Amino acid sequence: MGAPGNKVALYLKRRARWSPLEIAFWFFAFATIWLFPGKYLILKDTAILALFALSLDLILGYAGIISLGQAAFFGLAGYFAGLVAKHGIITEPVIALVCAGFLAALLGFITSFLVLRGSDLTRLMVTLGVSLMLGELANRYSDITGGADGLQGVEIEPIFGRFRFDLFGHNGYVYCLIVLFVCFVIVRRIVYSPFGLSLRSIKGNTLRAAAIGVPVKWRLVSIYTVSAGVAGIAGALLTQTTAFCSLDVFSLERSADLLLVLIIGGTGYLYGGLIGAVIYKFLQDWIANLTPQYWQFWIGLVLVVIVLIGRERMSGWIGSVRALLARLATRFFPRSLALRSASPEGH
Amino acid sequence: MPILQTIGLEKRFGGILAAQNVNLAVEPGARHALIGPNGAGKTTVINLLTGVLRPTSGRIELEGRDITGLLPHQRVRLGMARTFQINQLFLDLTPLESIGLVISERLSTGADWWRLVGSKSAVTDEIVEIVERFRLGDVMHERTAILPYGKQRLLEIALAFACRPRVLLLDEPAAGVPEAERHELLATIEALPKDVTVLLIEHDMDLVFSFAQRISVLVNGALFVDGAPDEVARDPRVKAVYLGEELDA
Repeated sequence: MGAPGNKVALYLKRRARWSPLEIAFWFFAFATIWLFPGKYLILKDTAILALFALSLDLILGYAGIISLGQAAFFGLAGYFAGLVAKHGIITEPVIALVCAGFLAALLGFITSFLVLRGSDLTRLMVTLGVSLMLGELANRYSDITGGADGLQGVEIEPIFGRFRFDLFGHNGYVYCLIVLFVCFVIVRRIVYSPFGLSLRSIKGNTLRAAAIGVPVKWRLVSIYTVSAGVAGIAGALLTQTTAFCSLDVFSLERSADLLLVLIIGGTGYLYGGLIGAVIYKFLQDWIANLTPQYWQFWIGLVLVVIVLIGRERMSGWIGSVRALLARLATRFFPRSLALRSASPEGH
Repeated sequence: MPILQTIGLEKRFGGILAAQNVNLAVEPGARHALIGPNGAGKTTVINLLTGVLRPTSGRIELEGRDITGLLPHQRVRLGMARTFQINQLFLDLTPLESIGLVISERLSTGADWWRLVGSKSAVTDEIVEIVERFRLGDVMHERTAILPYGKQRLLEIALAFACRPRVLLLDEPAAGVPEAERHELLATIEALPKDVTVLLIEHDMDLVFSFAQRISVLVNGALFVDGAPDEVARDPRVKAVYLGEELDA
């Protein structure tokens, strides 16, 4: 049985191979450090938004759990990172970041049992409710959190005691980018594991997943916990790179932005949150420069157009453009293409 | 001793008795068919057997063990798997991924989160075996959603088979399969290993009489006749109630 078994194994493993497009994506992402030195601020915000969106994609795109409450984890970890730095409890930023992630994951684990009951609408309301409650708690205990004024006097020590958060935001951006990349690699590994496959089966057909022996509830609890941890890391990054944290980390708008990002970028292939975050941030920046007061009108218009046209149709257009290019290529370079289709890998 | 047995099984929906005093005994290795006209309660019985529904009264035993109170996935672990009358597949996954998933869950490696899919040879070897048995080789890399209906029907059975059941419940496996793809499906069902007990719920009389060694007829929620195919075919009551209806229809 060995040989065909190996072929199947090879095929299955190939799904997880880094494609040239992915490598180019990350190559370009890191190249921005040198390409756009004047844009660190928006780049950094984009990286944080991308990580945050990745956390939602993990539950929405892979497990089919819709949520309006990712801000709960973002905010909790954000305040945690601010407080431990302010009071000198954990001064090294990376250690604080990891701890903040674990704290958010713990909250995710506890609240997952509420979220997993019921339908999509119930989930939206429960997740929203949890983040509203946390936001109000932060408001109520203003002696700890600073309340409406935000958490003042946070000082972040240099990373590993060496890399200081400079005024231009260079180190801050590099830090965010590296954290984004590390989290991405971990998440990518998870979704290409048997565990990740079982999540997709639950999303695809819960009835059948249970009928073949997948413990549906525990798989969902696990991924919700992981997702909360990633959202928490994004929140802690924001606090650390701005040395500030305010109540708006818990806001509904923050969770809603994430859905917009994923609507723009698409779900279930990991890059949706990243690409969506880039488009969203730069669109916002560009339109805000054109019409500082009314930029949300144009963002709204773009969203309506995207949803009405539908992603499928758009990727269809990209497909037909690609087909056109291929046809042109055959006309101009008939031989090279013939060679390529003759090779075993060619298509 | 029967491998699957129901004793006085009864299911009531409000005032309607969907199953009454059903005493079904399936012998190990049997090719057993459960037939009956529309609305006879066949689907109710399969839902009771698999644990989707709880009986109002009565008992279900698998290999002598009382499983009446167990959940569906617990029954799967004990060796009873089913297919669905309407396909229940993972449309975004390929047959290869779907079958691998089932095997992985059975071997308790389905929760591995730091291992790549395809890195366990126990799983991949078994995938090959099942893909061949169910003639899915030529479509194993395609998304399930775009497979021809006959192939989807085969995959439906393959997923249940990959659970390595001792008892396999096939709920109208040939329903809706076009003539051209029928032969492949029937031949595959025919070739299921002899040590797997098969309980077939079916409308299609050709399939029932060519496949089953024993037939139980269900009418109005009760077992009507139970016997070898030729006995059942000769039984005047069956002719009147069942085949007569078929002819009229």
